[in-house]
Amino acid sequence: MMPEISLNILDVAQNSVAAGSMVTTIDIAADAAADRLTISIIDEGKGMTPEQVAQVTDPFYTTRTTRAVGLGVPFFKMAAELTGGRFDIKSAPGAGTTVTAEFGLSHIDRMPLGDIAGTFTALVGTAPELDFVLKYSADGRSFIADTREFREILGDVQLSEPQVLSFISEFIRENREECDAGASI
Amino acid sequence: MKSLAELAKLREQMQSEVNLRHDSASDTRVVVGMATCGIAAGARPVLSAFVEEVSRRQLKNIMVTQTGCIGMCALEPIVEVTAPGQDKITYVKMTPEKVSKIVSDHLVNGIPVTEYTVGAQQ
Repeated sequence: MMPEISLNILDVAQNSVAAGSMVTTIDIAADAAADRLTISIIDEGKGMTPEQVAQVTDPFYTTRTTRAVGLGVPFFKMAAELTGGRFDIKSAPGAGTTVTAEFGLSHIDRMPLGDIAGTFTALVGTAPELDFVLKYSADGRSFIADTREFREILGDVQLSEPQVLSFISEFIRENREECDAGASI
Repeated sequence: MKSLAELAKLREQMQSEVNLRHDSASDTRVVVGMATCGIAAGARPVLSAFVEEVSRRQLKNIMVTQTGCIGMCALEPIVEVTAPGQDKITYVKMTPEKVSKIVSDHLVNGIPVTEYTVGAQQ
């Protein structure tokens, strides 16, 4: 188990990077009225066959050849289902993959979302040639962090420069705080 | 609140330095193991701590990046540091607290922190 949902997101989004996704979107929406926290990881990677989709939530399935377990997706699924939520993967070869996990927002077993800024900068810092988008909303208040937009402003300064990553991290942290407005998400 | 205007300002500050950068072959590489095992053991705060420390000290020619499972899951989080002309050093059971010493001793002064290495784990 992961201690926070952002770590599940990091783990699963790395699958998107490995699948060759040029733009990977992390969509997080908290809705107190519906008591739902919905998280999607949407990629433009190579996608999976129906057989692979069926197998990927099995901890003893992996595309790795070094050993026979793959826990990233099963952990994410279990974390969501433990809170009365659901889990879904939509994918087709060549059409990318969308992984969606729905959590019961106020459920006692829901882990905190945790440091999503840290997850985002970990992705950007280690794959700066790819683009990542974070769409965050909490009860109608929202913001977007988009590396394509950052890149345009930065010109020939690299996204992977530590000072730039620190900026992105602060940008997400401060905007999120504003959206959360004191709610514990 | 941070705005994109601040990013534009940061760009102006950094642009003068960009031209001075030389090729990445001379970079010191800090590689954090970030497979499921590493992430579950706490690799992400370690990676963030490296980025923040390098940023705070405004160090040049240091690349902080990640890799998959290094193969010793029980010793995660694992960080490998490769400085040009030196052997690769493997740090194990890393924490964010250990990062500043590795940055100051190893990345800045070129002296590995022996007590955090895999060899000291016996």
